[in-house]
Amino acid sequence: MNRLQAAAPPMPIAHAPAAARRKRHLTPARIGVYAFLISAALFFLLPLYVMINTSFKPMQEIRMGNVFALPVAATLDPWRDAWGAVSHGFWNSVAIAVPSTVIPILLGAINGYALSFWRPRGANLLFGVLLAGAFIPVQVMIYPLVWMMAHAGVFGSLPAIVVVHVIFGMPLMTLLFRNYYASVPHELFQAARIDGGGFWRIFLQVMLPMSLPIVVVAAIMQVTGVWNDYILGLVFAGRENLPMTVQLNNVINTTTGTRLYNVNMAATILTAAVPLAIYFISGRWFVRGIAAGAVKG
Amino acid sequence: MSNVHLRKLCITRGNNEIIRDLDLQIDPGEFLVLLGPSGCGKSTLLHSIAGLIDLSGGAIEIGGRDMSHADPSERGIGMVFQSYALYPTMSVEQNMSFGLKIAGTPKAEVQRRVRRTAEMLQLDALLERKPAQLSGGQRQRVAIGRALVREAGVYLFDEPLSNLDAKLRAELRRELKMLHQTLGSTMIYVTHDQAEAMTLATRIVVMQGGRIQQIGTPADVYDTPANRFVAGFLGSPSMNFIEGSVDAQGSFGAGAITLPLGRADAVGAVTLAARPEHLHVDDNGPLDARVTLVEPMGNHQVVWLDCAGQQLSCIVHDARPLATSQAVRFGIDAGRVSLFDPASGKRV
Amino acid sequence: MPAQRLHSRFSPHLALLPMALTVLVAYIGGALWTLRTSFTASRTFPSDTYIGVAQYVRLFDNERWLLSLHNLAVYGAAFIVACMVIGFVLAVFIDQNVKGEGVLRTVFLYPYAMSFIATGLVWQWLLAPGSGIEGAMRQLGFEGFSFDWIVHQDLVIYTVVIATTWQASGLVMALMLAGLRGIDPEIYKAARLDGVPAWRVYLQIVLPMLGPTVATVFLLLTTSVVKLFDAVVAMTQGGPGIASEVPAKFIMDHLFLRSNIGLASSGAVTLLLPVLALLAPYAYARSRRARLNGGRA
Repeated sequence: MNRLQAAAPPMPIAHAPAAARRKRHLTPARIGVYAFLISAALFFLLPLYVMINTSFKPMQEIRMGNVFALPVAATLDPWRDAWGAVSHGFWNSVAIAVPSTVIPILLGAINGYALSFWRPRGANLLFGVLLAGAFIPVQVMIYPLVWMMAHAGVFGSLPAIVVVHVIFGMPLMTLLFRNYYASVPHELFQAARIDGGGFWRIFLQVMLPMSLPIVVVAAIMQVTGVWNDYILGLVFAGRENLPMTVQLNNVINTTTGTRLYNVNMAATILTAAVPLAIYFISGRWFVRGIAAGAVKG
Repeated sequence: MSNVHLRKLCITRGNNEIIRDLDLQIDPGEFLVLLGPSGCGKSTLLHSIAGLIDLSGGAIEIGGRDMSHADPSERGIGMVFQSYALYPTMSVEQNMSFGLKIAGTPKAEVQRRVRRTAEMLQLDALLERKPAQLSGGQRQRVAIGRALVREAGVYLFDEPLSNLDAKLRAELRRELKMLHQTLGSTMIYVTHDQAEAMTLATRIVVMQGGRIQQIGTPADVYDTPANRFVAGFLGSPSMNFIEGSVDAQGSFGAGAITLPLGRADAVGAVTLAARPEHLHVDDNGPLDARVTLVEPMGNHQVVWLDCAGQQLSCIVHDARPLATSQAVRFGIDAGRVSLFDPASGKRV
Repeated sequence: MPAQRLHSRFSPHLALLPMALTVLVAYIGGALWTLRTSFTASRTFPSDTYIGVAQYVRLFDNERWLLSLHNLAVYGAAFIVACMVIGFVLAVFIDQNVKGEGVLRTVFLYPYAMSFIATGLVWQWLLAPGSGIEGAMRQLGFEGFSFDWIVHQDLVIYTVVIATTWQASGLVMALMLAGLRGIDPEIYKAARLDGVPAWRVYLQIVLPMLGPTVATVFLLLTTSVVKLFDAVVAMTQGGPGIASEVPAKFIMDHLFLRSNIGLASSGAVTLLLPVLALLAPYAYARSRRARLNGGRA
């Protein structure tokens, strides 16, 4: 039964010199890794540095100096002027963001719950189309929505922009909650049904209370997305309710005469401040949200 | 086949000294098993022999050459991992030939070795398949094949059977033993399963806390354990331990239990250890006990006895009926017991 | 009680009504409406005059549209390749057990928290000839240094690539890192045993294993390319002239500024096609994998 031919002495593996070698700690390769990462980090931080830097300089320094130099005579004037220019937009963005986060989260949770546990016929197909919709350029649907809202008399108002954010936020919100509920053991749901729970009772008393982690992730993603939105706010919000991003662009790109770069940068920072703050504070949740939404989707 | 010589090996990770001053000599053609519970350092030791973990001190010699700082691929070793670690996007044939190709082995030689190893391990029909299309046992064979094509001096195995179900494990265990008999290569094998160690090893190294507790053949380690840890680790059900003392006449006594041993050299407090198979239920036996539990195992019974407060296990080879709370008499085979110092745990 | 059971039976369906409405009316309805409009002679207002594919003919005769497509192709290729490579390399380097991984990840990912508008405005400032990087380098002594791509017709689109790559690479890195973390660490050990050099391990072994992650990243990046709008508006306003025009901007301009809904709709439908072409195989591959895994989607 010896299938193996009588062993010739095994051939040595290639060469095999035994060299006393590298100590693992600071090899050239490792130094290279750190060097690359640090240079990349500097490249990524450059715009932030320049933004902050410029916003504290008086215009004179900007005209004369170079964009990397630190301010000699730092001043807060640009910030005051910037706030004056975009504060209206700031409060508009807040007014838009709150309902545009709460409602999509609620609907996303209900959708995710129904899709995960109840699975009515055709729901999965509907969900598939919804997900596909998330990838479609918004220009395909913008005008019909404008037309419908104009005819309903609500175009250019706060409710209009909120409804639009609900529509375009639904795919991601539903995806997040559906994937989250998919990881909840099905037996939990079955036990609740045996206990006599119906659709809404199980949702409100069992599932929703368990959903805090995903609600946090969803809130972070939705607030960031709504706050950073430009195109929907531009079209649907109406002149009274323009969000900060739109106002910012108007201030910077449509003023004639000398451009006040320091004010512009301060205004840009103010506009980016809320999502950046959320990002820096929530860190890991932010990443979790991306992973949950993007990878599974 | 190469020998392996470990000299005063020290491995430290962070502030933990995982292995300290370890000496070990492995002869060519041995099947050496590193046996011990989780965290005893056996895997760390194996990885350091492979060159995957750096040494903090000491030296490793493989095949007579100092390999303490050599790259894993230059040590003349092959390794089989616990999770198989097959390259998932490559076929079986590519998995097995990848290392050889990297080393610049000529194509004809690569083909020859792959074909030969595939035949040996019954993989010839599976060469084009990807790992995802194979069963657990087949994947394990591919992992072994990938190591064997290197035609190395030493083969290292890191708990290769622990991801398999019990039946498959027993089957592959036998195949591994036959492989060793066929190839005669030096093999170093890590496991926490003492049954695997007993059946496969030519010598077993029992480890605990980063230190070697005992080195010996399976028979040595089983019959004459060097300390209490080794005694308790091998054998299932484990050895019975009875705290007591040896008197001037060399007899052991622990309360109601007495056993003449003729061990006048071991006077004082001792722990007596006796394997379950060396306790005999015997109507003429010197000791009394009451049955607390009977576990029928098919070809034998494990009987748990309460003897003056001591819980002892005993293996009964016939099918005699024994009921709970039944009073029985039993004896202990004095020639097969071990004595340990209660303080140090060492064999007396 | 029968009334309660009836209510309960249809609760899931009722709960999913908002989702159904959104999908049917907003997404599908909207897309169909736009499709229909693209076959009509609509200008400022939707009209019912069917003119077949005349709008499409006009579209592909339109110099601005053709330029926008060309820009999108150039931008898309450069952006996707740059993001994938940078993101993958960053992820690989970070995965090497570097100290300060959390800080590095935060630095690479924070740009993603900024809106496209803010990103565009900052980079517009940085790349402005004379005052931005070009000016700074000249002041530092590099007299002949020139970096005025943003005012060059042929090079301006690459400035948009730089800005958006800066913003999106961190996301690619985060997703790739998540993928890398799912790889069995013993594979690396086996590769070391086989003597495989590090770069080959990542290219020949790890990258193929990351297939699904790479596919997801590619899909996300591609849809982001198609939707490119805000960054162009903020950075270049489509200029100089029309040199950095992109399809999304073309469509928006024709919908609202140039009052040519028919033409814009045909543009929107044309923009939709590559997205659908990409989604179809992706969705098919995912559903096939789900079926093979026992129907767990």
